Amino acid sequence: MRETYQVQKEDFANAGKVSSHIKTTLKQLGVEPALLRRIAIAVYEAEINMVIHSDGGAITMEIDEGSIRFTFADQGPGIADIEAAMQPGYSTANEAAREFGFGAGMGLPNIQRNSDSFDIQSSPAGTILNLSYEVNP
Amino acid sequence: MRLSELIEKSGFTLKNNLYDKEVEGVFAGDLLSWVMGHSLPGQAWISIQVHLNVVAVALLREFSCLIIAQDAIIPSEMIDKANEEQLTILASHLPVFETAKKLVELGF
Repeated sequence: MRETYQVQKEDFANAGKVSSHIKTTLKQLGVEPALLRRIAIAVYEAEINMVIHSDGGAITMEIDEGSIRFTFADQGPGIADIEAAMQPGYSTANEAAREFGFGAGMGLPNIQRNSDSFDIQSSPAGTILNLSYEVNP
Repeated sequence: MRLSELIEKSGFTLKNNLYDKEVEGVFAGDLLSWVMGHSLPGQAWISIQVHLNVVAVALLREFSCLIIAQDAIIPSEMIDKANEEQLTILASHLPVFETAKKLVELGF
C-alpha cells in the first residue's frame, strides 16, 4: 500500500490533517496502539515542520508486511544547520507560527525519539526525511 | 475519574458534546510540540490555545478532554471539529494555575 498527501506552505489551519488521516488509516489496519501513538507524534511533527518551515511538499506512506515507512519531501529552502535543529529547544519558527503554539524546538527531537529509523538530508533544494517502523507480522 | 464527575465537581463549563472518558491525569502547556513530547494519553489538557491545531494535537495524543483556561474564546470551528472527532472541550474561568489547583483539589 502506498499513499501520498500534499502539504501546503503556512497552511496552519489545516496543519495536522494528514497526520489525523494517517492515524485513522493505520488504526483501521490494526496497527497496535503503542506503535500507533509513536507514529502519530512523529508524523504530526514532520507535517507541522513542513507547514512552518518549507515551501510545501509531500508525505508518502508505504506499508508492507514488515514495515511502515514515511518520506517527507519538501521543496526547500532547506535546514541551514541540521545539528542545531536536532537540539531540543532550538527553533527558527517565525512569529506567526509561534502565535499558534508552534516553535517549541521539539519537532525533530520528538520525531527521532518516536521512530525506529530516522534519516534526514537537507539542501536549499529541499529536505527529505525518511522514517520507518518495524511491524510484527 | 470520569469526565462527567470532573465536570460536576470542578464547575468547569461543558462547551460541546460530552464524550465521557476516564481522565487519567492532567497536563498543562501551550507549546504544541512540547505538549506532544511530554504528555501522556488519557490526560486532561489545560491550555489557552484556541484553534484547530489544538484539537489535532489532543486527538493524536489521545487526551481525555481539553480544558481551555481563563475564558479564552473558543472559535465555533473548533467546537465543530471536536464534536466530529468526539473530543470534549471544557472551559474554565480560572487562569491555568488556578485551573490546575482546582484539579489537584479533586485528587489529581
